Amino acid sequence: MNRPKIVISLHEPSSSYKSYVVGFVLSLICTLSAYVLVVNNLVSKKWGLALIVSTLALMQFITQLTLFLHLGKETKPRLRLLVFSFMVGVVVILVGGSIWIMYNLNYHMLTPSQINNYVKKQDGGI
Amino acid sequence: MSSDIETIAIKQAAHVAEKHEEDSKTLFGFWLYLMTDCVLFASLFATYAVLHNNTFGGQSAHQLFSLPYALTETLILLTSSFTCGLAVLAAQSKRKNQVISWLSVTFVLGISFLSMELTEFSRLAASNNSWHRSGFLSSFFTLVGTHGLHITIGLLWMFVMIFRLYKGSIGRTTIRQLTLFSLFWHFLDVIWIFIFTIVYLLGGIGV
Repeated sequence: MNRPKIVISLHEPSSSYKSYVVGFVLSLICTLSAYVLVVNNLVSKKWGLALIVSTLALMQFITQLTLFLHLGKETKPRLRLLVFSFMVGVVVILVGGSIWIMYNLNYHMLTPSQINNYVKKQDGGI
Repeated sequence: MSSDIETIAIKQAAHVAEKHEEDSKTLFGFWLYLMTDCVLFASLFATYAVLHNNTFGGQSAHQLFSLPYALTETLILLTSSFTCGLAVLAAQSKRKNQVISWLSVTFVLGISFLSMELTEFSRLAASNNSWHRSGFLSSFFTLVGTHGLHITIGLLWMFVMIFRLYKGSIGRTTIRQLTLFSLFWHFLDVIWIFIFTIVYLLGGIGV
């Protein structure tokens, strides 16, 4: 009799073991290299170091998403991937927007002494 | 006679397919929850990013946090995420004792992580650097504390699952629960990557 195989999980065990080990090792490499770079100050420029560390975090993020959370391995329609991309969109707007707005606010806001100087300059000009 | 057996087989197959569909719906629903949780964490990250320089004359991230300590926390959580995955694999091949031991390892690692986090909190609070010190520390405690709260919930969930596994056998429900839990636990590790990078590493650089 040809009874269908019972498939409960969304991924097959044989490939999963490998994916967990590979994911673990890659995550370790990303974490440790970022740590070593920061502690030993191996990159002279502050922003360059920040950029490298952020890139390593992003690499680890993608590694864990694909190998631990099995994102993108589902069958069509890829609803999980769709929801995920909407989430990324919301997060980018939320975080990027907040930083942008608050940076602008800081930029446009003068300190009390700056305001005094500004007012004096205006008064003197008239 | 043979047609009877065939009918039963077809009915069983339909039943299995139905249950399978139910499981993947549950999984999708849980995924939706995780994505909304990501948005929650994103708002806390945005708050931290905006406030991290507002130390109100107090110490900044560079002076307050110890990087080796944060690295240890990170490695513990990463390992627990890995062992949690191994528990799911063991459950899929119905090895009950193996599932219990991997889950227990995950549980112990989770407890160690949480106690390290709480130790850091109490150390900060004791040195007059608690959440009411500055905007920076308020946002730090909210962000990391929310993650710690999730970890606590995960530990409770894990405790209940280990207890139920101990009492019963591995059925469809157990595997489904374990799969959901592993998603939750991996998700917490993913959030921690960003806490480690943004709060501790970028804080250490002094950006």
